[in-house]
Amino acid sequence: MSSGRQNPVYAYRRSADQDADDAVARHHPVVIVGAGPSGLTAAIALAASGIHSVVLDDNDTVSTGSRAICFAKRTLEIWDRLGCAAPMLEKGVVWQLGKVFFRDSQVYQFNLQPEGGHKMPAFINLQQYYVEEFLVDRIGELPLVDLRWKHRVTGVESRADGAQVEVETPDGTYSLSCDYLLAADGANSLIRESVGAVARGQEFHDQFLICDISMHADFPTERWFWFDPPFHPGHSVLLHRQPDNVWRVDFQIGADADAAQALRIENIRPRIDAMLGAGIRWDLEWASAYTFRCRKLDRLVHGRVLFVGDSAHQVSPFGARGANGAVQGVENLAWKLARVIRGEARNALLATYDTERQRGAAENLLHSTRATDFITPKSPVSRVFRDSVLRLAKRYPFARALVNSGRLSAPCRYDDSPLNTADSDRFSPLARPGSPCPDAAVGVAGNEGWLLEILGGSFVLLVAGLPVPADLRAVPDLRVLELGVDFTDATGDLARRYDLVGGAAYLIRPDQHVAARWRRLDVTAVGNALRRALGCEL
Amino acid sequence: MSALNVEPNLDDADAFYAALIDAHRGLSNEQSTALNARLVLLLANHIGSAAVLRDALGKARQSVDEENAA
Repeated sequence: MSSGRQNPVYAYRRSADQDADDAVARHHPVVIVGAGPSGLTAAIALAASGIHSVVLDDNDTVSTGSRAICFAKRTLEIWDRLGCAAPMLEKGVVWQLGKVFFRDSQVYQFNLQPEGGHKMPAFINLQQYYVEEFLVDRIGELPLVDLRWKHRVTGVESRADGAQVEVETPDGTYSLSCDYLLAADGANSLIRESVGAVARGQEFHDQFLICDISMHADFPTERWFWFDPPFHPGHSVLLHRQPDNVWRVDFQIGADADAAQALRIENIRPRIDAMLGAGIRWDLEWASAYTFRCRKLDRLVHGRVLFVGDSAHQVSPFGARGANGAVQGVENLAWKLARVIRGEARNALLATYDTERQRGAAENLLHSTRATDFITPKSPVSRVFRDSVLRLAKRYPFARALVNSGRLSAPCRYDDSPLNTADSDRFSPLARPGSPCPDAAVGVAGNEGWLLEILGGSFVLLVAGLPVPADLRAVPDLRVLELGVDFTDATGDLARRYDLVGGAAYLIRPDQHVAARWRRLDVTAVGNALRRALGCEL
Repeated sequence: MSALNVEPNLDDADAFYAALIDAHRGLSNEQSTALNARLVLLLANHIGSAAVLRDALGKARQSVDEENAA
């Protein structure tokens, strides 16, 4: 009954760098260390902006075990723009219903069902190894990405104008250099140590035991979260479905548990049997015991070394904010780095990767820390409040808002970003400057399409109902899309979500965040906002 | 207002909860009980309405009685 899944193996290949005597030949604009979700996404996003990169990974395959399994709408939108979402959506399990149980009964349920007019679902569940495999497949189509398996980075030296990287391979060592180094080398980042980057935050001592089991069962495709259930008293349990009839079961086992003992199959079996009840046959796919930290670096940018993903910030798993936050961070960095490398923006633009994503990381840390504190109360009074909330939630709606089994990943709004041009006109707050663009159903040449599809990955000026002056059409890196000419507001989403009517205009960044908006298109204001969004005012 | 509001009404539920737990940081159980008592008295005075407070007392007591009966 095992799912039978086997990870692909990617062959080590000797690179031209290893045979080049000339240091110039071994110099690259961008080197990315780590081929996890962050590193792979970064390479694809840079390639989409015309930037060549080398990706170095110490392994020859994708993630061992399912690891990150919940991928949020915003992440899927980013991957869709990068041409990788289709196989993920096809393989992934769409879910929207979550149920919360306390002791022996349900206290609450929530529905993530988004309003209509969005291409992507609220969430899919998909094992990280599939995500990585699909990203690697996409890279296979991109000549601008040089992905090197079994090229292990052993040392990094940061310099004023770049970095020097030492690499070990199955047939010897070599060194290469780059203008920019992306450290996507995970929670135990070697590069973090080499450049003296400091991570601050909180360590949690509660241990958790993840078991991925395969079974044919009638459990619905929902997220079930138990506080203090009869089959696992005193602790929490999460049950969540993945593709291939694999289910994630995550047991809180406490700070004092012996993780090595907990991982033995003879100890896993009774836990799962107690939960599922007798007579349900299942196989263990993968098990892992973990603790976690909620922490982030003081600075994400260290000269020419840029930290992304777990090397930059780590959160608790409650809320699916690790991989999702990582991909949103990579998206923020890629367009900026590409424009700095292409000479269209100064280094100051890269500094806003730090300001904007510190905000994103702080938000993710706050939510994941609060969820952790609710799920694992640290004092008797904290437990009394937690249990009282759960008791009251069964009957009273107000208490349901306090139940926190994880606040699920939502994209960060870059309010107060120096790249935003503040509203001078009255608009609804939904798509205010700094916001990720809400999707919308649009008509394109008589066909049904999506706003996020037509925005693409450059600066875009959306204009409604005013003629667009020729000098705006001539701005490089700016595409002008006219409502009624290039696309139509098929179902009124644009009017509702953007108030994009009669003369209004929106300037959208390449990462599909709103940079500025006006009630009435003004050429000078657009030029100023574009310069500001490129960091020219910093 | 004459009825107890049991619909969500907090500006930021998660922030309130975190502040509530934080207010108890470093206190013994006895001190926490004292803090809770003072908090109830302060909030009761703010609410003022005898009918609302009676309703809240009844619902709180009922929830605890149900738990003990179970």
